[in-house]
Amino acid sequence: MRIKVKSRITVFILSFITYFIITQIGKFDWQELVVGIVISFITAIVAGDILIMEKRKFKFSRIFYTICYIVRLLWEIIKANFHVAYLVIHPNLPIKPGIVKIKTNLKTDAGLTMLANSITLTPGTMTVDINKEKGEMYIHWIDVKTTDVDEATEAIGGRFEKIIKEIFE
Amino acid sequence: MSNIIGYILICIGLAFDFFGVLGLVRLPDVYNRLQAATKCVTFGTAGILAGVFVMEGYSVMGLKPIICLIFILLTAPVSAHVISRAAHRAKIKLADETIVDKYEEDKELLDKEDN
Repeated sequence: MRIKVKSRITVFILSFITYFIITQIGKFDWQELVVGIVISFITAIVAGDILIMEKRKFKFSRIFYTICYIVRLLWEIIKANFHVAYLVIHPNLPIKPGIVKIKTNLKTDAGLTMLANSITLTPGTMTVDINKEKGEMYIHWIDVKTTDVDEATEAIGGRFEKIIKEIFE
Repeated sequence: MSNIIGYILICIGLAFDFFGVLGLVRLPDVYNRLQAATKCVTFGTAGILAGVFVMEGYSVMGLKPIICLIFILLTAPVSAHVISRAAHRAKIKLADETIVDKYEEDKELLDKEDN
């Protein structure tokens, strides 16, 4: 019960900040502010209980790992873009696509979501489906190097798995 | 100075948007096209938005692109994942170059678990 209230308050504050930045900066208007409060309240009531699912302690090391993760992700996104640009302008279109299976040790929903999103934004790979009970993910790989499960896990998920484990679990 | 940096960022973004669209035309099937669409178009649009932010600074026009940028980076991979999963469930064929499809092999097992 308490965790749901906490989650709703967080959603209210976040959506109100977003609304405030979009409408209020530069021109301050009471009417729009009231509408923003009402709409944030409705959002918090309707969809507020899914943001925070479980309790956990605050750790300073998590901030450090989050910064590492963002830098790593940006670097991988830039690499991914040059990879796709190279594939697209190459006259022979050197692709070897396929769907491979990888294993993951993550358990929480947030961790799995972030891992799937990171895999989609990194070079040549895209998450198709997750089997949460078995801890398996199906990845579409544009340039398949190996079909073995363990080697594919090392090549695709290994870049992010450790760092996401530190942040979300 | 900030104008020049902004224009450079917008040009980079436009170039990658162009590569993404070219990929949509050239690559063979839904899944490969989604790869081009999510990666290049996400990064290209992020580049354009970052360019607008650099040119406008912390003002009315400048902070909205930052919010759009965060939302694009969070939602584009999710939509790609949903589209590819739906396409596979609707039995859309993979391209002829495809060499392995582990998802098809495990599909009956997954369906059994869902029911």
